[in-house]
Amino acid sequence: MSNQQSHLLEVKNLTMRFGGLTAINDLSLGIEGGKITSIIGPNGAGKTTFFNCLTGFYKPTTGSVQMNHPEHGALLLEKMPSHLVARKASVVRTFQNIRLFPNMTVLENLIVAQHNALQKASHFSLAGLLGLASYRQASEAAMEKAEMWLTRLKLRDIANMPTGNLSYGTQRRVEIARALCVDPLLICLDEPAAGLNPRESAELNDLLLYLTREHHKGVMLIEHDMNVVMKVSDHICVLNFGNKIAEGTPEQIQNNPEVIKAYLGEEEIEDTTEEEAA
Amino acid sequence: MTTFQARTHTVTLTERLKDATNVALIAILLGIPMIGLHTVDAGGKLMVATRWPWLLAFVATMFFGRLALQFAIDQFKLKRLTRQRTRTLEVATPRPWLKWLGYGLLGFSLVLPIAFSDNRYVVDTATTVLIYVMLGWGLNVVVGLAGLLDLGYVAFYAVGAYSYALLSTQFGWNFWETLPVAGALAALFGILLGWPTLRLRGDYLAIVTLGFGEIIRVILINWTEFSGGPNGIGSIERPSFFGLPFKPDSDDGATFASFFGLEYASEHRVIFLYYLILVLALLTNLFIARLRKLPVGLAWEAVREDEVACKALGMNVTNVKLSAFAIGAMLGGFAGVFFAARQGFISPESFVFSESATILAIVVLGGMGSQFGVVIAASLLVILPELGRDFSEYRMLLFGAAMILIMVWKPGGLISRREPSKVLAGVEK
Repeated sequence: MSNQQSHLLEVKNLTMRFGGLTAINDLSLGIEGGKITSIIGPNGAGKTTFFNCLTGFYKPTTGSVQMNHPEHGALLLEKMPSHLVARKASVVRTFQNIRLFPNMTVLENLIVAQHNALQKASHFSLAGLLGLASYRQASEAAMEKAEMWLTRLKLRDIANMPTGNLSYGTQRRVEIARALCVDPLLICLDEPAAGLNPRESAELNDLLLYLTREHHKGVMLIEHDMNVVMKVSDHICVLNFGNKIAEGTPEQIQNNPEVIKAYLGEEEIEDTTEEEAA
Repeated sequence: MTTFQARTHTVTLTERLKDATNVALIAILLGIPMIGLHTVDAGGKLMVATRWPWLLAFVATMFFGRLALQFAIDQFKLKRLTRQRTRTLEVATPRPWLKWLGYGLLGFSLVLPIAFSDNRYVVDTATTVLIYVMLGWGLNVVVGLAGLLDLGYVAFYAVGAYSYALLSTQFGWNFWETLPVAGALAALFGILLGWPTLRLRGDYLAIVTLGFGEIIRVILINWTEFSGGPNGIGSIERPSFFGLPFKPDSDDGATFASFFGLEYASEHRVIFLYYLILVLALLTNLFIARLRKLPVGLAWEAVREDEVACKALGMNVTNVKLSAFAIGAMLGGFAGVFFAARQGFISPESFVFSESATILAIVVLGGMGSQFGVVIAASLLVILPELGRDFSEYRMLLFGAAMILIMVWKPGGLISRREPSKVLAGVEK
């Protein structure tokens, strides 16, 4: 871990044990803002557990996760409940098994994501009940932000559809759009390309690059689709049985004998993409 | 967005205060000669006397009046600004036929006591329907919107009813004084119930709430000094028409009948009570319809849909659930106050589990989360057994059969389609 200050998120000696099973073993990692960091590894390597530790859903057994927030200073995420991780530390995640609000429309999903700002503007619903202009204005702003991301993610035409009826790939996009409405500094995507067709995953690549380059958001990616990982990642961390076995640029990872061994033994990593996407 | 905010945030609180202070200063300057000093006739010659309290009141009025005026003007300007911009973004309106049906029902409910003014039975039954409508709307917040299965809702109804019964018989409070207090008490009980059950879902939550409802009832039966035990509380003061009691004659002053020059009739009170619950129910409806479009309402529904996702989006699920419990309980409390005022006598027997079950049946039958569905279901559940009175003991059998038929025909409830609370204009649904 080179320079402390340059890292948006600093993971130090993180260990997560479930009884006798060590899901993550002494993991240290630095995540930079405005960059895409991918976490890869075979099934059961501890990738999703790592996300759960970052976002307050699990309390790590030992170790620390420090978010260097430009406004709120250094925040220790392992000590925060999950809703504060999103609200205060601006670290927002999506889920491997999509978690949308299925009976609510796409637009409503995106408005719910802005709950905290809106609730504050509605003064615990009082200003909202009275229909004061200050609340209406905040409500307008929320609609505008939602519309902006809907347009960017090509969801505008289905804004009024219940999300439960949408196709799998579209639901993934809605989940990302919803996470973006929280205004994250770091967005953690758990297998965003799973179930996408090649065209959709190419669009996902463009989106990820757009988010980091144009909006300077930090992106963390758990992904099995190597077409996505190798094309867009700035930095890759490989986990196997909870241990970090390699770290570096896509080129370094592709040529790392440890990684090749962990995945397939002797074969080249490019050939493994299809088998691993599960 | 930025230019918009820059324009609206130019008037800050300090600026408004400054402006109001300026006005107050002018008021002092003008007020000293005009109000602060005045001449009095003191034994043939004119003396100047001072009236400082008057001046102070005048200046204070000017100061706060100016603040209020400025605030009103700002609100108006902002509203116009936002309205100009709302063209493209609009809030959802319900399906037109439903809207017209709603208006039709509203009109019907307004003229019902006039049309049936000689039929006390009809108005009484309609009042009962409205109590259940109100209870259904209250429970709908908890079960339909927030998705928290509550089997002890009748406890809050009891809290409201006993609050009014005790406050009026012990301390002489009247209906309108008790209403907010009882609502607040019921909301407090809602939070008391909500707090320990925050981590429970579905069946487990249902069991705890069921127990809570029973605890309240058992306390009311056994704590005789407090609640009168199984004997209940009688001779509760009936609500009056703005201070005019509904009595044949009154010891002190006018009664409703004498004030309006009418022949005394017991129907007057029945009709008044009907309109009272109608107003309470309509206010409840407005309140919930409004809340549903606010962030708190959306949050309730989001928690119903997926609690984990809510946490990941930075939502404090604890607060969301507690607010649902509190508001649902408060509305139940209001209904309870009305119930006690209407009956004049309450006992724990009115707050048994089957009441909770009936209210829950209304919510489920109406379609979870649907305001209008609750109205239809409450009407059905009250009127069906009434219609079946001729069948004496078989009527509950018929009632059960009717319920099963409805659930087979409409498994999601009578109105199961959810109306989105916000709609992006120009995009088809």
